[in-house]
Amino acid sequence: MIKVENLSKHYGEIRAVDGIGFEINQGEILGLLGPNGAGKTTFMRILTCYLNPTAGTIRVKDLNIKDHALEIRRMMGYLPENAPLYPDMLVYDYLRYVADIRGLDREAKRQRIDQLAATCSIKEVMHQAIGELSKGYKQRVGLAQAMMGDPEILVLDEPTSGLDPNQIIEIRTIIKKIGKEKTIILSTHILSEAEATCDRVVIINKGRIVADSPIEELKQSLGKESLIALAFRNADLAAVRAALGPIAGVAAVEPGESNDGILAVNVTCRTGEDIRPQIYAAIKKQDWQLLEFHQQFRSLENIFRELTKEN
Amino acid sequence: MKNIRHILGKELKSYFIAPIAYIVIAIFLLVTGWFFFSTFFLYNQASLRNFFSLLPIIFSFIIPAVTMRLFSEELHVGSYEVLMTLPLTFWEVIVGKFLAAVMFVMIMLLPTLSYAVTIAVLGRLDLGPIVGGYIGAIFLGALFSAIGLLASALTRNQIIAFIIGMSICFALTLIDKMLFFLPESLLGVLEYIGADFHFQNIAKGILDSRDILYFASASFMALYAGNLVMQGKK
Repeated sequence: MIKVENLSKHYGEIRAVDGIGFEINQGEILGLLGPNGAGKTTFMRILTCYLNPTAGTIRVKDLNIKDHALEIRRMMGYLPENAPLYPDMLVYDYLRYVADIRGLDREAKRQRIDQLAATCSIKEVMHQAIGELSKGYKQRVGLAQAMMGDPEILVLDEPTSGLDPNQIIEIRTIIKKIGKEKTIILSTHILSEAEATCDRVVIINKGRIVADSPIEELKQSLGKESLIALAFRNADLAAVRAALGPIAGVAAVEPGESNDGILAVNVTCRTGEDIRPQIYAAIKKQDWQLLEFHQQFRSLENIFRELTKEN
Repeated sequence: MKNIRHILGKELKSYFIAPIAYIVIAIFLLVTGWFFFSTFFLYNQASLRNFFSLLPIIFSFIIPAVTMRLFSEELHVGSYEVLMTLPLTFWEVIVGKFLAAVMFVMIMLLPTLSYAVTIAVLGRLDLGPIVGGYIGAIFLGALFSAIGLLASALTRNQIIAFIIGMSICFALTLIDKMLFFLPESLLGVLEYIGADFHFQNIAKGILDSRDILYFASASFMALYAGNLVMQGKK
């Protein structure tokens, strides 16, 4: 449905987006992940025809963003970060204004506003000024605005940023509900959010794609690599390395955060096999006091950090 | 066309939601009323000549204050991003906002019709210059609105937008009064550039196509420049 082709956006020397390319399928909830300043917002602004790319292009249903900006905007709803709306306008007036521009007739407008007020739970604030709303409500009004034209594609830039945990869950529920029918592209730097809402994630760092994978695949690949955290008394690192290093499936034996005579060791496991019995058997043969033994799977946070860290 | 109407309606309503519209109208009426009536009985003439001769200077301050928020506020708040990702063209946005400002100027001028009514009660009123004066005021208001809109598109700071707009409007008002400083060869050109020169022509009650062409072309140029500024932000 959306094809990003070698897209770049430069601001002088800064390469906000640097030659990225990928496809987004119809009905997919795509999470754009990346640290602050990675180029997520710039990409979304290009996708919504707000910015022109320096090079490359995006095709939405075979329509080029350069030549068919109006048609593309008609099939797209966009919620920028922090939902920048008119603070003086009443919520109802604002939604009516957006509905007018989206070309809804009188009856369709009334129905759509009622429907969105229910979907986004903003009925009780319809006659309040936007500037007086809490951040959560403002975000929901922004979401209602984005969905006004019943767009095929929804682009949401950090839709839960700055919200409290309850509001985050509410917005995620709404996104999940909409995502059953629409193609959604949402950016976030909160990994649990991507995990909870997205079908697929594209991780961007310094304007480049560093990972592109369905969330399930990513989770499976992560699950294969695990780390066993151990803590001993009366043991030294060299002896632990000598005992555990030769076990099949052990990739590395690294020191952890040791203190007060307690030696902490992290054993990185190479395969998807469970090698805890072999490790325990090797420890049992030694005269060490085992204080801690637990397995950790690599989390999305770990992989995100590895992919986006400096150098 | 529909979208222009929606933007016009929204902008016009926005003026009257905030207190700024009422403050600007009150200041305008106070200043014009004071300057007009303080000398009106001294001249003992049943005309609005004094009012119209002051109007370009007063408009130079008032209209940039009306237009300063049109783009600057959107850029500052960030709503410009939402606006420009709706299915709208640059021209629809600019023309909608421009017409809203012109409508506001017309609403601001409405209460001044009471000056004409007062004069008509006091003496025999020559309708030609009054009608011409109001038509000229609308043309002048449109030009200054277009300039104010351009200034507003240049910056996200409303005060800076006001200063830029006011400086250009002020220069256009005073340029034909500074001609004695300049070489003779430039006089014709500079006189033609001056907005006050064309406005005073129309305010005499003579609708000359050259004056109308001046206001139309200068307004279009300012709006076009505003369009280019917005395109440049992409």
